[in-house]
Amino acid sequence: MFRRILLLRGAAHRAFLVRWQVSWNNPERARFGAHVARTPIRERFMHHRYHDHGNGRALAAGVLGIAAGAVFLMAARTMMRDKHIIPPEDAPRQAWRRRAGGRWREDAVVGRTITVNAPREEVYARWRDFSTFPNFMENVVSVTPLDQTRSRWVVEGPAGTTVEFETRITEDRPNELIAWESDEDSDVRNSGRVTFRDAPGGRGTQIEAVIAYDPPGGGVGRMAAKLFQKEPGVQVRRELRRFKQLMETGEIATAAGSAWPRA
Amino acid sequence: MRALTWHGKKDVRVDTVEDPEIVNPRDAIIKVTSTAICGSDLHLYDGVIPGMRPGDILGHEFMGEVVDVGKGNTKLKKGDRVVVPFVIACGKCFFCEKQQYSACDNSNPANKADISELAYGYRMAGLFGYSHMTGGYVGGQAEYVRVPFADVGPIVIPDGMDDDEVLFLSDILPTGWMAAENCEIQEGDTVAVWGCGPVGLFAIQSALIMGAAQVIAIDHYPHRLELARKLGAKVVNYKNTHVYQALLEMTGGIGPDAVIDAVGMESHGFALDNVYDYAKQMVMLESDRPHVLREAVYACRKGGRVSVPGVYGGFVDKFPVGAFMQKGLTLRTGQTHVQKYLPMLLEMIREKKIDTTFLISHRLPLEEGPEGYRKFAFEQNETTKVVLKPGWEKSNG
Repeated sequence: MFRRILLLRGAAHRAFLVRWQVSWNNPERARFGAHVARTPIRERFMHHRYHDHGNGRALAAGVLGIAAGAVFLMAARTMMRDKHIIPPEDAPRQAWRRRAGGRWREDAVVGRTITVNAPREEVYARWRDFSTFPNFMENVVSVTPLDQTRSRWVVEGPAGTTVEFETRITEDRPNELIAWESDEDSDVRNSGRVTFRDAPGGRGTQIEAVIAYDPPGGGVGRMAAKLFQKEPGVQVRRELRRFKQLMETGEIATAAGSAWPRA
Repeated sequence: MRALTWHGKKDVRVDTVEDPEIVNPRDAIIKVTSTAICGSDLHLYDGVIPGMRPGDILGHEFMGEVVDVGKGNTKLKKGDRVVVPFVIACGKCFFCEKQQYSACDNSNPANKADISELAYGYRMAGLFGYSHMTGGYVGGQAEYVRVPFADVGPIVIPDGMDDDEVLFLSDILPTGWMAAENCEIQEGDTVAVWGCGPVGLFAIQSALIMGAAQVIAIDHYPHRLELARKLGAKVVNYKNTHVYQALLEMTGGIGPDAVIDAVGMESHGFALDNVYDYAKQMVMLESDRPHVLREAVYACRKGGRVSVPGVYGGFVDKFPVGAFMQKGLTLRTGQTHVQKYLPMLLEMIREKKIDTTFLISHRLPLEEGPEGYRKFAFEQNETTKVVLKPGWEKSNG
């Protein structure tokens, strides 16, 4: 994967160099330069006022400039990357940089920690009842318990699609942790764990939800899903907020139901 | 119902929109009797606050009569007269329990909270009628408004008190009070206040109540400076006077112990640095113009306090961080924790310790709202505060 990207990068760079040389050696360009130098500023302005050159040239220059900048930055980052062994690290994995450990991660790990101002037993009990998730989680369409450990999930995906999978609880320690894994043949294979900890100073309960998933379409697919705001990282963040709102305030904050002129 | 809506830069209109309804158990619906245009509404009017959409209803200073309550709301009942804080707070989260209501973790809807989390690192509380960054809640410059978490925010007003007396509890009075409180005023202190708009004037009043030996007010509108002087402040017109030098001389060379920036992101004037900010703002290299903040930090005495009730939204350049660090200043700021101050300030108004009515220059029917915005934006000398009355047919104030 990484090698492929390096190749692509090289090709883009070569293309850029060729384009740059062509434009630089263009006699048209030289003449234009001399013309610009001779014309007083005011006239130059008037000229552009009556001749519509469109935005094409400026746009192309801008895009090229940005591309060159990006290539330069990526090269610089590659060169500057630490070569030594990764030092000890206490931050959870969802906070790691993409290439920590010196290689691209194979699957996406997303997660969030949120503090809920309620006792751990209450928070765990509410969470453990998956079948109520669709009541307050906007992205979860349905959760059907199949037996003690298995359940069938329907979750919203990008562009009006839905994603279906069956999960199996791999570990369940009351008031502490719930871990799951999806079946091999799931639309989106995933696994994850939700950990419940007492927050320090009587602040309630910290819920940490971490999901590892196999993004359809790889990194590009993941970016696209983010654009649709249906990527698991975005979804888990928002669902946790809703869960917190419900636990703490008894309702889910919304600006809906207010007056809108564009009904 | 009729409501004042935002359509773009310097474009507000009164439109017919749908009536609001109860959505959540703790909601209430208020029939608005008075609603004011805030100085911070002018930032929306000028189009410098991101996250606005055409058709958004403005207004976060309002009061009225409760006409409907959700079934989970045991505090309010129909017929109560209430003033509603501009900050929406759940009352249950970590921050609300610490009375930091404007930091409420729950009042910004989950989908909208991403914008402020991206901009500021953490999601901000919901505010009425103040862009989709703060929740996209519908504002109160309308005939009716839905108030979420209405068992936490609104304060019931006892009979016998006029709208004009209590309306400003919704924002500017507690904001001025908190600005003065952030100055940690001690005996003998001089407090310098930039901006004699409503918040600046209330900050002056509050600082004097808290025992400041002298308050120096800075502005350029003669009428506003006159109001500041009537409240007991000494005044400095920056069009006539070097502000830093004046403050130095008026404090025996020590400098003001605390400074208040009650101006925010749209400084006036042709100070060199402000012209530079204008230019950068125009080409979108800078979002806010912090001339006042720079001057206040520079003028503040060593070890002094900097209090910023003025609204800032984005990034500023040339912040005098050297002066700030070397002098060991303390910076305190934030959206107002309105709920925290309401009972105390209501009591002070009742005991006539604080007067708020002097501020109102215009009372207009809601239908004349756009004219009110125009006056507040362009005739700032005469227009100190505009109150809109949704119940009025035509102007009689």
